[in-house]
Amino acid sequence: MKITTQNEKLSVHNLTMGYGNFILQKNMNFSVNKGDVFIVMGGSGCGKSSLLKVLTGLIPPLKGNVYIDGINFTKADEITQKEMMKKVGILYQSGALFSSMTLAENIALPLTQYTSYSKETIKDIVSLKLALVGLTGFENFYPSEISGGMKKRAGLARALALDPHIVYFDEPSAGLDPVSSKLLDDLILNINQSLGTTMIVVTHELSSIFAIGNNSIFLDAETKQIIAQGNPKELLKNPPNETVYNFLTRGKTEHVQKT
Amino acid sequence: MFYFMKNQVNNKKFFIEYKTQKERDVLLTLTGDFIHFEDAVFKNNLLNILLNNNLKSLIIQADKLTSWDTTLTSFLYRIIKFCQSKNIIIKYENIPDELTKLLQLALTVDRKPVQPTENKVSFLEDIGEKSIFIFQTIKKGMSFIQETLFSFGRLFKKKAVVRFVDFISVMNECGPKALLIVSLISFMVGLILAFVGSIQLKLFGAEIYVASLVTIGMIRIMGAIMAGIIMSGRTGASYAASIGTMQVNEELDALKTMGISVIDFLVLPRILSLIITMPILVMLADFMGILGGAFVGIALLNIPSSEYFKYAIDAFGLTNFLVGIFHGFIFGFIIAICGCYYGINSGKNADSVGLATTKAVVSSIVWMIVLTGLITWAFSVMGI
Repeated sequence: MKITTQNEKLSVHNLTMGYGNFILQKNMNFSVNKGDVFIVMGGSGCGKSSLLKVLTGLIPPLKGNVYIDGINFTKADEITQKEMMKKVGILYQSGALFSSMTLAENIALPLTQYTSYSKETIKDIVSLKLALVGLTGFENFYPSEISGGMKKRAGLARALALDPHIVYFDEPSAGLDPVSSKLLDDLILNINQSLGTTMIVVTHELSSIFAIGNNSIFLDAETKQIIAQGNPKELLKNPPNETVYNFLTRGKTEHVQKT
Repeated sequence: MFYFMKNQVNNKKFFIEYKTQKERDVLLTLTGDFIHFEDAVFKNNLLNILLNNNLKSLIIQADKLTSWDTTLTSFLYRIIKFCQSKNIIIKYENIPDELTKLLQLALTVDRKPVQPTENKVSFLEDIGEKSIFIFQTIKKGMSFIQETLFSFGRLFKKKAVVRFVDFISVMNECGPKALLIVSLISFMVGLILAFVGSIQLKLFGAEIYVASLVTIGMIRIMGAIMAGIIMSGRTGASYAASIGTMQVNEELDALKTMGISVIDFLVLPRILSLIITMPILVMLADFMGILGGAFVGIALLNIPSSEYFKYAIDAFGLTNFLVGIFHGFIFGFIIAICGCYYGINSGKNADSVGLATTKAVVSSIVWMIVLTGLITWAFSVMGI
């Protein structure tokens, strides 16, 4: 156990991650408050997606710990980890829907796995979740029969199936047109506001970062460290360094040169 | 002096003109379209003039240039580089901005590609690394089999998450849909066995024993091996490809984070299907092989059918038949394990799915042959 503030949902302590001898990021420290839309940003190859894998237990960190609700997730045994993951939903970059199942079956899978709800209740929950992401009536469609944007929304419905406390998003805007991307951003905000779910979003899409994020960290590939933390809008107003400013302004270096 | 040639692409005319302007100047005028322009003879002529006349400067004029592509940039790049190396001054006149930009880009790009640094390892290190890799692969394979056996345990305790629909669909793929190809190949193998055997047996006037040869050969081992090889190429490959693609699509990650065992959910139905269907397919292969032999015996060697089948039935021993079925059961397990193992351990790109499929098929065939050797040896020791 670890002493946490009441508002803290997830915190990361001295986390070093990488593969074998190759270190991606070292000594990461940050915490995410309840109800935050927390952005993990940084250039390509800085370890954003790997951080998500560490946070969800898919790869072990080289050093350090991840706490969820004050409980050490990294050091927890398999059963506790599984129990903790029930309260977590993940939207993968590709949606990761199971291609051999219909949308309804995809969303029902975590429900049948973790609950003893009757078929009727599960059917109702599936319809509700699909309605929540704007896919009413698509229960019997297979993933191959819907568009990329719809796949992501269906993936989000599946991530929300168990009413999670935290939802992780791996580059939600990747491969989407600007309108679909905006729709997904609105959806993330809506769900965050109406259900109070904590969202951790890995992205480098500037419009999304400013539209939805109220807290963030910036991972730097060169120094292998977090080089900025805070509200993205604030970071844009008072950029702590050139790298962050260049990133948030698509490389308008004049500002830094002038100041 | 003029140089003139037809444009190869759209039949428009273009020409480059070069002439000595002052005593030590050359004027190069570009006129018309320079699309898909490449002329080594012209370039060499120009370079020779620049080289031999001890010239001071080259003027490039392009006021009548209408269109061009990268080939012109490449041509000018070579000329400019040459001039720079011989200290010939280049003057540009009326070069379009776009072409100037392209030339600047060409001239600023470092032409020597960076060589990625290679980690050189010594011979001993190489052997060490490979030994560790082999050891780890064996360990990984063994723990996969162990995990699968645990998964069977969970299935019997009704704790494994297996979708019945998936099981039926996989079973359909590796059972009914494989009947035709297994029948055809086994028939042909029976036919070949009989044909090859008959050539030797004829020498002793013992053609009738073709029936025994084919029957024993097929039911003891050939039926199982043929069915195994077909199923390895057909079903083992499909297991590796479909699970590998799921890996690419992050579906395996999704299962893991949902707390669903990938082994229970994906591997178990596939192994179950193959260990159920393989013995049946082996029986079919045995039967079709015997029929293939009968075709040669009756139609080509003119053995009376009653005689042929009498010898065939006499040769049909229950032990041999059961040994064949046992092989089928083992082969089914190997094919499914190899297919699923390489699928799950596939990388996350298209190439690695292809590689996983190849490894699955090759390793399952190798393991089938190795185990056949071991089983045959063990049975012969036991006197079966």
